[in-house]
This record gives sequence, structure tokens and C-alpha cells, in this order.
Amino acid sequence: MADDKDVLRDVWFGRIPTSFTLYQDEITEREADPYYLLLPRVSYLTLVTDKVKKHFQKVMKQEDMGEMWLEYEGTSLKWHYPIGLLFDLHASNTALPWNITVHFQNFPEKDLLHCTSNYVIEAHFMSCIKEADVLKHKGQVINEMQKKDHKQLWMGLQNDKFDQFWAINRKLMEYSVEEGGFRYIPFRIYQTTSDRPFIQKLFRPVTAEGQTHTLGDLLKEMFPAAVTSDDGEKKYQVVIHGIEPMLETPLQWLSEHLSYPDNFLHISVIPMPTD
Amino acid sequence: MPSSLLWAVDVYGRVYTLSTAGQCWELCKDAHLEFKRLTSVQQCCWGIAGDHQVYLYVHSSDVPIRYQEETYENQRWNPVDRFCEKLLPSDRWQWSDVTGLKHQPLDSFRLPSEHWEWEADWYVDENIDGEPTEKGGWTYAIDFPATYTKDKKWNSCVRRRRWIRYRRYKSRDTWAKIPSQDDGPLPDPFSDISAGGWEITDEPRGRLSLWAVSLQGKMWYREGIHHHNPEGSMWTEVTTPGEVVQISCGPSDLVWAVLWEGQLLVREGISRENPKGSSWVVVDSPSTEVGAIHVAVGINVVWAVTKDRKVWFRRGINSHNPCGTGWIGMVGEMVMVNVGLNDQVWGISCEDRAVYIRQGVTSSELSGKTWRAIAVARDDDRSRSGSANSLASAGCFFSGEVRVQSQSSVMNDAESSSETERSQAAQSTSLTHADAMKRRIPKVTSDSFISELVSDKERKPDRDGRDGQTPSIQEDGAPQEQASADQETSVELLPQSSGQQGARDPKWSNVDLEEAQPPLPAAASDTTETSSLSSVATYNLGMEEQYGVDEHPLWAWVSGGGCAMDSHTHLNWFSASTGVSSSVQSMSLSITPAQTAAWRKQIFEQLSERSKREMENFKHYEQAIEQSVWVKKGNMQWWRDWKPNKWIDVRFALEQFSGTDGNRDGILFIYYTFNDEKKYLHAFINEITVLVPVLNDTKHTFAIYTPERTKQRWPIWLTAATEQEMHDWLALLNLSCCDSRGIHGAPCKQAIWSTTCKGDIYVCEPAPNLEAVPYPLPCDQMFWRQIGGHLRLVESNSLGIVWGIGYDHTAWVYTGGYGGGFSQGLGSSTDNIHTQTDVKSVYIYENQRWNPVTGYSSRGLPTDRYMWSDVSGLQECTKASTKPPSPQWTWVSDWCIDYNTSGGTDREGWQYAADFPATYHGYKTMKDFVRRRRWARKCKITTTGPWLEVPPIALWDLTILPCSSQSSVEEVSLWGISNKGDVLCRIGVTQQSPAGTSWLHVGTDQPFKSISIGGGYQVWAIARDGSTFYRGSVSAQNPAGDCWYHIPSPPRQKLKQVSVGRTSVYVVDENSNLWYRQGLTPSYPQGSSWEHISNNVRRVSVGPLDQVWIIADKVQGSHSLSCGTVCHRVGVQPMEPKGQSWDYGIGGGWEHITIRGNSQEAPRIVMPVPAENTLEKKGRVAEEGGEGGGRTASISSVLCIKEEELNGNAVSC
Repeated sequence: MADDKDVLRDVWFGRIPTSFTLYQDEITEREADPYYLLLPRVSYLTLVTDKVKKHFQKVMKQEDMGEMWLEYEGTSLKWHYPIGLLFDLHASNTALPWNITVHFQNFPEKDLLHCTSNYVIEAHFMSCIKEADVLKHKGQVINEMQKKDHKQLWMGLQNDKFDQFWAINRKLMEYSVEEGGFRYIPFRIYQTTSDRPFIQKLFRPVTAEGQTHTLGDLLKEMFPAAVTSDDGEKKYQVVIHGIEPMLETPLQWLSEHLSYPDNFLHISVIPMPTD
Repeated sequence: MPSSLLWAVDVYGRVYTLSTAGQCWELCKDAHLEFKRLTSVQQCCWGIAGDHQVYLYVHSSDVPIRYQEETYENQRWNPVDRFCEKLLPSDRWQWSDVTGLKHQPLDSFRLPSEHWEWEADWYVDENIDGEPTEKGGWTYAIDFPATYTKDKKWNSCVRRRRWIRYRRYKSRDTWAKIPSQDDGPLPDPFSDISAGGWEITDEPRGRLSLWAVSLQGKMWYREGIHHHNPEGSMWTEVTTPGEVVQISCGPSDLVWAVLWEGQLLVREGISRENPKGSSWVVVDSPSTEVGAIHVAVGINVVWAVTKDRKVWFRRGINSHNPCGTGWIGMVGEMVMVNVGLNDQVWGISCEDRAVYIRQGVTSSELSGKTWRAIAVARDDDRSRSGSANSLASAGCFFSGEVRVQSQSSVMNDAESSSETERSQAAQSTSLTHADAMKRRIPKVTSDSFISELVSDKERKPDRDGRDGQTPSIQEDGAPQEQASADQETSVELLPQSSGQQGARDPKWSNVDLEEAQPPLPAAASDTTETSSLSSVATYNLGMEEQYGVDEHPLWAWVSGGGCAMDSHTHLNWFSASTGVSSSVQSMSLSITPAQTAAWRKQIFEQLSERSKREMENFKHYEQAIEQSVWVKKGNMQWWRDWKPNKWIDVRFALEQFSGTDGNRDGILFIYYTFNDEKKYLHAFINEITVLVPVLNDTKHTFAIYTPERTKQRWPIWLTAATEQEMHDWLALLNLSCCDSRGIHGAPCKQAIWSTTCKGDIYVCEPAPNLEAVPYPLPCDQMFWRQIGGHLRLVESNSLGIVWGIGYDHTAWVYTGGYGGGFSQGLGSSTDNIHTQTDVKSVYIYENQRWNPVTGYSSRGLPTDRYMWSDVSGLQECTKASTKPPSPQWTWVSDWCIDYNTSGGTDREGWQYAADFPATYHGYKTMKDFVRRRRWARKCKITTTGPWLEVPPIALWDLTILPCSSQSSVEEVSLWGISNKGDVLCRIGVTQQSPAGTSWLHVGTDQPFKSISIGGGYQVWAIARDGSTFYRGSVSAQNPAGDCWYHIPSPPRQKLKQVSVGRTSVYVVDENSNLWYRQGLTPSYPQGSSWEHISNNVRRVSVGPLDQVWIIADKVQGSHSLSCGTVCHRVGVQPMEPKGQSWDYGIGGGWEHITIRGNSQEAPRIVMPVPAENTLEKKGRVAEEGGEGGGRTASISSVLCIKEEELNGNAVSC
């Protein structure tokens, strides 16, 4: 019998094989080979692509190198979204490896945030965790932690240390039995077809009557089209960490087990592939 | 904590119980009687019914209540007739009791009441002091009375034999009427009753004090109630200074009563010797204007209610001062209050007649904080509301009444009267009318208040519209009112029946539904019922207001004396008033197992599919994040290896890294300074074999063993600054060790389980070469990891069925989880971890020496031991300074004298001896100059682990059928011995439900203490007197077998423990010898003789392959000697079941091991190379620092030893 703990490991150790190709218009001194990496799904692009940068540095002039940014089939990839989310949202149902194009010029200021150092990622990551905990525990858990615990969460993510991260993160996943779950579930629903970046509202894990809310309940309220369509045909896939959980899955369980390290449940709603 | 029951009576006299695990009041199974008063204890409930007779309700149990009758047949030898029944005129009776003074032939024995039955006919006991006698059971002596032996000698002139017969109490789970008394003064009808006093003494088992008050205000005490005689033997009158109306008896020595005039009586002089007490002290009513009408006592509390319904709490009650010092007025108005276990308090409110529980009652705050109403439905309400149809036809409150009425004609009057008079009328029905008249002024009991209260209620117009017809009875109700009430009965009949008509009207709704709805989804598992209910509730919504008051039951009496709960117990009794707890319930239950399986299974499957899809073909890709070394550091103290041993400050670091094979590994470093030189000691994580917490009240120590350290019997002892730090380190180290060995998740079914003397549980995944011949895996290389929980022993088999027994004898079954205890978070499974508690006693000794001036006194000789000490006398242990074993334990009782010390005690608990230290005896002789007595104090641990309690029977020992892991045994034999010595066979134990369903009692003539079942259903057991028995004809079809065969013990040895494997039978005797049974054949399974194998053996476990593992004492290591060491018999083969020698493993401080789950045959071709290689490699547990001078062996058992002793060893050696 598999234990729920195994889910945490599977989620943490999810990897996306990626090939990085330099954008064709970038000026190079010599031909640049593609670079292949296994990207951790739960991490952030700018945190794990130092090697890519170094690889392409070798073939480029120093003065031509602006801030590196990445793009997939014309979409600029937001580094502040977790890698798994970006993949699920933009590249599900495509052949592996994931082909990402690397740019060093013409930074798309309107699409992307600058990421000058890892401190920026850390600040973003910690603010997400804090926001999630405000939703889950009115921020009490994260505020009671010491600075070193915060650091441990970050270091765990940065160094891909599951145990180090979860030793602290489990405290963020606690809730009193009496309440039956978190105060609100920290979630974000993303879609490619909308201008809105994502949907995020207050949603409780249990109803006022004490019934468990499921993934289906959440979608019905936030994105009804994802659950049903007029002709009864399934038009959307609801993807978390590259899988499609059943709509009956309790939301509280999902939040505890399928949240990203930033403690948010990042849910991608993507159109059904047309074969 | 197993569920227990709160008992209550509603105003109609119906008895309900509410389980601490339940969510509704359940009508008592035996509902044909109506009750006025109840007093419950854990094993039974006493009550006074409407007929003023006393009834007893004994809960059913898998263990029968049996009483052994015995009588002796005596014979004398004469040259003519040889032994015959002709005795000398001076001799005893031919049939007598053991003393010979009482004539008791077989046919003089009668069943004491109709509630008993004979189990079988008389038979001869063929056992003397644990030795089987010759056939016929005769024992011989020179003359009466004398010492009897089993052998007939030339000078044996008399002989006797013992006949025994069992009678069994049969009236369980039913109200059994206590027979009226044949002799002595006959009590008049009873009006109040209270049971308690079970904590006064343990002997005889299950002893209760039962106090009763009669209608005339006299007080009675029931003599002779104990486990084997639940009904007691007779009533004796207790004189009182006045007429008593009510009495309350606590679990211990508190007994208070209320006098008719409103004062209170306190019983003094209650003791172990005299549970009835000796005298009364009068205490004034709390209020100067109004008298008390009700009192309730617990262990340390007294609550009272005065006539104005005010509730009072008595200050200053303790064991020295049963009277207390003063009254404190409490909030709330109650009809009555009752004090249950743990001094928890219950009450029935004047206002709404609901049962209230006092919240926040703790030992430090005995008066509690607030009253909280218990708001749960009754099961009979619910059954009526099962569907809309049944609701329409019978859904009203009174339909139940009609049914009761038809069953008990006696109660007709009461039934037909309005409920106002019901209780009062019920009182009068059993009396004649004249009696009722004679009672000119109704007794001031709460019954009259009940009536009054209900009548108050009735006057409210929203009651049911009949208020105008109901006369109100005042507290001092005059006779004419009584009469008018009686007259009223006929008048009342009409409206009552019209009410019943109304009930059949479909519009009539039981509004309980609206309230009952929230808890229903939880309690009722099928959803159709729920949905139909909700529709019904909406349908009837408009009726709600009109019948609002009838909706909740009106209670008259509550008794919590058997309700085991404390302020931390989680109860689901308040669901109607709060949505939160019910939501939790419904959440956990609304997910049916099928659904759970579906979505969870899909996530598991999809995740592994995803990993395959996204990673399998790309393994050659580079990882984005390079693995680095992760170091965790801390400051600790280390018990240094060289002399003089002492704690020194060290830096402690754990470096973890990923090995080439992907497995994580690590190294431990201990940095210390020696002679101003910085040095360090290290150990590889993959060499650590076990981590043992050695927490005590002063040091947060843990021990780290490696194979090398195990050989030395000298682990690395480290102390963390705080308990939390120690647990954090242990959790981390445990995780690292498991990671480095690739051990994840729950232990396998073949796992070897063990426990330490601290109650910690360890499990080892057996290597395939563990039993290899001739080169088995060395025992000291076995890796043990801790599993949460606290147990005294664990037994398992290879189907993964694991049971354990706690120090408090509670039985636990393994849930399939892992972790718990200190290893929170990752080292622990999410499911299957539950709270576990255990209780044990801490003992200290009071020592005294005799001197000619003052007799025995606490002034000893200068050379004497401490006057308060531990058992050895070397440590001073006073009542005040003795702390619980570790911070995890808390005291749950006060110090009290232990009368059960081995060797016996006198009436004050003293044991005497000529001098310290010596063997002690329980009586004083001329030569005794010193005495001691043992004091015990209970402490409790609360932890978590993968264990679920198997209530209710407490166990002493247990055994599970060993079998091969592939075997398709459907029902697994599991035998247990209760802590009272009953032999029990568990029914319904399967792999799917390892807890089984119930116990089957297997009769024995004496209490037992050890049992074991072999692979071929051979059951061997050892009685408490040390005799051994073999159970005949046990098989899968006949799980309980048919009879016991008495097997002679090894000469002059009392046996202690037995273990049976596939064919081998091993026993351990009280002198720690290990014996092997020889001559066992399929046709003669009892064998022929005992062969001595080894000494210094504490316990033995024989496995399904006849592997032999023991816990041994006095194992010498290179640095130290250990007690409680796991040892493995090497060289055991089918043709050589006794093996050749011992291999020594982990210890000391180990208490129990079971090898019975490991049925892995060793591989046939043995590769001795790997084992030796690892040994060589692992021999590198290097101490690179400077090693001090030679270490001398000192007796140290890592767990038993206290800090001081450790230091002491260091100093003395």
C-alpha cells in the first residue's frame, strides 16, 4: 500500500527533460549546441538555469549578453511561475524533451519580471509562502517560525533537499482536527486562453455544513467550463503536476499533497488536445 | 482509550446509555423495567427500579464470571480396609473445607441465586503446587492436619483430595433482580443507591462498596461484592444519626450522605481493613437558609445541591480531610449532580432537564470551568425517523411509551398519568394507597423536585397545550395534592390518548430531526437515510415551533461512575450545538472507502506514469541542481569512553551526501578536546545499528550503537540540551540511517519485533541470511529502527499480524503504519498513527529499624540505607524527590502503600527481616529488626504510534500462530492470557482484520501466565504456580481444543515462560534457565523430558522455522557487561534443533523479542563472503581521537541505568 508520503516525494522529484536552444538571431561567435537538462518541476527557471547560461556564454561575446530570458513557441516563460506549471500550461501533450529557446537580448519588459539575482527569487518564493499561510492559518504558522526556518525552506528548494524542506514545511501543512482543514485553500487556476493571469479567490476546504469540498466543487465555482460543457463533451484538462486528479479528490488533501513548495495549488486548465 | 458508558434515566424511567465514542443515547438493551436511580461503575450498573427493588446490570464480556467451589474428601488408612472413608472419631469430617472444620459434602452446595448456573459436574483436581498428582488426585500425609505430598509413603496414614466445581454468573447484559434477603433484618424498599470504593483495595478483585438508602431513611451496605460474586451476599444496616435521603460513594474512601433535615454526613474511618468506615461527621448545609438535598463525591471532590437548586463545590477535600473546609457556590442550577471517573462532573439542569457535563475539570482545577449541555439524539428517536413513512405513523415521542405500557402492566397507573406525575406515581404504584397516604409529607428527594420541575415546564403554554389540566406539585406537597394527583390519573387518560391520536397524524413531526440532522451523516453511514431525513425535516419545518420543547429528552438521573474520560477526551456529544466537530466527523465519513480508493489510487498511478513518461528516457540528462553535502551541527555532551568517565562538551555534526548509487549516506562527527588537543570521533551512518533514547528526568540522552560498539557493550552516549533537541536529532538520525539502508515505509510482515525495558518498540527487517548455516548474519549487524508507541511485549507472525501489550496490560493491534512517537513528519506514515497511552507504577521503599526505646522508627543506624530508598537501598528516593521516569511521563495518582509486594505484607504493608538487605516476609518475628514497605505511584505516558486498542480485556501474555508467509490460513489462531489469568482464544483474526472479533474463554482450574502456540497448533501454557500444560486437540477446525494435560516441570523449577515453534518447545524457569523439551513426536506431542540448554535467560522466542532467539542477562562485552541482550542460537537445523552456541546482538536493556514473523528460509547455498566483508569494512568504527587508559568492565545496561549510576560506575570502577 502506497502511503501519502510517497506522493510528496513523487511531486518533489518530478523532472522535466528540457533542451535549451539559443535563439537563432542571437549573434554568436560559433555554433551553439543545444543544452540538455532535467529541470525540477517544483523549482524556478532562473534558479536552475545557471548551467544553461554558462553553456551559452562560451559562444557569445560578453557585450552581447543581456539578461537571459526563455521562451517556448513564442510565449515568454515567466520565471516566477514554477517550472512544472509552465510546462503543464504551455507544453502539455507535446513531445519530450521540452524545447525552450534561450534569449539574451530584447528582454520582453511587458511580459516578464527582471530577475537579477537569486535574492529576487527567494523574496518572491517567501512572499508566496507567506500569502499561502495567511490563507491557511491567518499567517500564524509562518510568523511563529524563526528566520532560520524560513531560510531552511528556501535552502531546501534551492538545493533540492526534500527532507530539509519538508522538515519545516510540514508545520505549514498542519491544521487542527476540529476545523477539518485549512481556513482557505491557497490555489491559483491558470489558463492560456485568458488575459487574466490566474483566478484566485477565497475557498474553504469544507462547506458550512461540514461537507468536504472537492476539486470539482472548486472548479464548478471558479471555472465551470472546466467541469462541464454544454454538449457534455470534455473540453478542458485540469492538470496539476502533470496529472489529472479526479474531480472527487478532496481539496484539502490536494492542498496538503500536491501544492508546490510555495504552498499554492497551481492548477492549469488547458484545452483538450485535438488528436 | 476504549469507549465507556454514561448512564442516564429520563423522566419516564427509561434507561439510556451514551458511549464516549458514540453520538446518541441508546436505550438500555433490557428495557422492560423503569428505573428511578442508577449508579454505574465500569463493569456494571446498579439501579432501583419502579418497584423499589435493587437490580444489577453486569456488562457482558468474553470472559465469564466463574466461581470455583471446592471441597475436600478425607480418608484414613486402616489395616483392614486400607484407605477408606472410615475416619477416627477425633478426625475431621469425611467431606470438609480445607481447614477440616466445616462439614461440606458435595450435595450441600447450592447456587446462590437464579442468576447462576453450574458449568459442569464435580471433578477431582490432580494438581498439587504445580506438580501433577497420581490419577485420582490423592495427596498423602501422616495425619490431619499436616503437609500433604503427592507420593504415598510408608507412614502415610491419611489422604485427601480436592474436588472442584465451577458456577457461572449468567445474567449479563440484563437487569438481574437482587434476591431478597433470607436472614437478618430485611431492608424496606430502597430509594437511593451508590456504588464505589473500588480503589480502596485490590483484594478481592473487583470489590465494590454499595451503599443504599431506604424509604424510611435507613442506610444499608451490601457485603461481599467482588468480581466473582457480583451480586454481593447480604445487606447490613449502617446506623446513622438521622434519616438519610441520599448517599454518594466515591471510587476511593469518600462517602457522603444527605440528611432529611438538610445537613450532610461524612463517613470517616474507611480503610482497606474497614471499607464500611466507622463513624459519621455532620457537615452543615452550604446555605444557612436552605438545606442540601443532593450530594455527589469523587476521589477528591464533593459537589452538593441545595433545595434552591444551587450547586456547591466543597473546598479542601483530600485523603486526610474527607470533610473539607468550606463551600463555594457554583454557577448553574441543577436538579442533581454526579461525579464520575477522574472527578468529572455531570448534572441535570433545572432549566431544560438536559444532561450537562462540567468542562475543564483537571486535577489542578477540580471545580472545572463551565457547564456544557450534551446534545445528542436518542437511538429510538432516530429509528423512528428512519423514513418519512415510519415517521408519519409512529414518529412521536409517545409511541415508545405505548409499547412500554403494554409490556408492564404494573406500571399502568404511571403510564396513564401525565408525565408530570409519572415519577411520583411510579413511586406510589408499588406501595399501597395507604402507604402513599402514610407518607404524609413527601421525602425531600430529588424525585419530588423532578416532579415539580416537570410541572413547571408543563405550565409553559408551549409545552403541548395541556398545561391547564396539570396540577403543579409544590415541594412540600400536601397529602390532598397527592391524592388529587392520583385522581388525576384517570382524568389524564383522555388527553393523553388524544395526544397519541395526534401522533398518528402525519402532520405531527418529531422535531428532533431538525437537530439530529447534522450528526446524522456521521452516524448513519448510508446516505439514502440522510437524504430522506433532510427532506422530511424540510417538509415539517413549519411545525418546529409548536412542538419545540418536546424535542429533547427530559432527564431525571445521570451516573458517570463508569464513564472513563477526562478533560482531554474528545467527545462527539455536542454536535447539535456546534457545527465544527460534526463537520469533521462527516468529512471523514462522507468519503466512502471506495471513493477514497478511486481518487487516491488514480493519483498514485498517474504520478508514477508521469515519472515514467517524463524521466525514464532522459536519465542521461544532467540534473539541474548538483547534490551537495548537507551538514547539521549542534552542541552536545558525550559520555567519554575513557576513565574517568564523565560527560564532556562536544560539537556534534552530521554530514549527509548522496552516494554514487543514489542512496544517501552520511557520517557522524563528534569533536572534542582532550589535553588541549582537538580530536574527533566518527561513525558512518550506514554502520549505525540502533539509536536508543535514554531519556530521564535530568538528562536527554540517547545511545548510538554500531556492530563494534555492540561487541564492546559500550555505545556512544550523547546528551542534548533539551528534550526537543534530542527528539529532533533522533528523528533526523533515524531518517538518515533508514535512507542509507534504503528502508522506507512500514516494516515487512517477516519483521522481527522487540521492546526495551523503557517500553520503546524496535523492529528489524530480517536479512535472508539471518538463519543461514553455517554462516548466519552476525546478530550485532542487525539494524533496528524504532516504531512509535509504548509496549511491554509484541508478538507477530509472518502474515503481518502484530499485537502488543502495554504496561497497563492493554492489548493493542498493529495498524500497518510506521513512525509516530518522536519521529513526526517524514519518518511517520500519515494514516494508521493513533494516540497511545500507557500507565505504570514507580516504586519507592520506606525502611525502618527497631530500637528498644521507640520500637520501629525511621531512625536507622548510621550504616543503614536511606530511610526512603529504591529497592537496592543505595539511592535515596523520597516521596517528594522521586520524579516520573522521564519528562514524557506524568503522575496520575498519589503515593500509596503497595500491599502486593512479593513475599507478602502485614496489614500496614510492612515486610520484616533480620537486617538490610535480606529476604523479607510479611509477618513480624522475634528476630526481625528491620522492616520496609513499598509505596507505589502511577504515572502515565501519552504518545503516538501505529497501534489501535483492542478493548476491553487486559492481557498478560499472547501468542500468534506461526506460519509461512505464503500459507493461506484463513483464520489465524491467536491465544491470550488475561491479566487475571484467564486463558482466551481470539475469534475472527484474519490478515484483513488482525484485531479479530471476540474472545473465547478456555476454562482452567487456576490462573495462567504464559502461553504459546506452535506451527502445528500445539498450544503450551504455564500456570501462575509454575506448572506446565499442553492443550489437546487444537486445530484449525477446533481452535480452542478440548482439554489440558499437565506436564511435570523440570525438577525443583517453577516455569515462567514458554515458546513453541514449528516443532521445538522451549521454556524459561524462574531461575533463568532455558529448557528444551525432548521426545516430541506427532503421536506424543507432550514429549518426554526437559533438557537444560542455558542459564541467564530472561525470555525465549522460537520462530516458525524453530529459530531460537532469547533475551539474555549478563552478556560480557569487551568494555562492559549487559543485561537484557538479544541473542541468537546459532547452528539450529532440522536435525539439530538445539543448536550449538549463542551469537550476541543488541542490548542491554532489551526486554522482549519475537522472531515468530520471520519464516524466510536461508538460501541453500551460503555465501559467507559478503557477511565477512561487511564485517571487515564495518570494523572501522574508528576512534581517531586519543584513547584514554584502559576501560574496565562495568555492569551497565544502557537503559536501566540512571545518570547517577553511570557516574557511580565511573567513579567506583
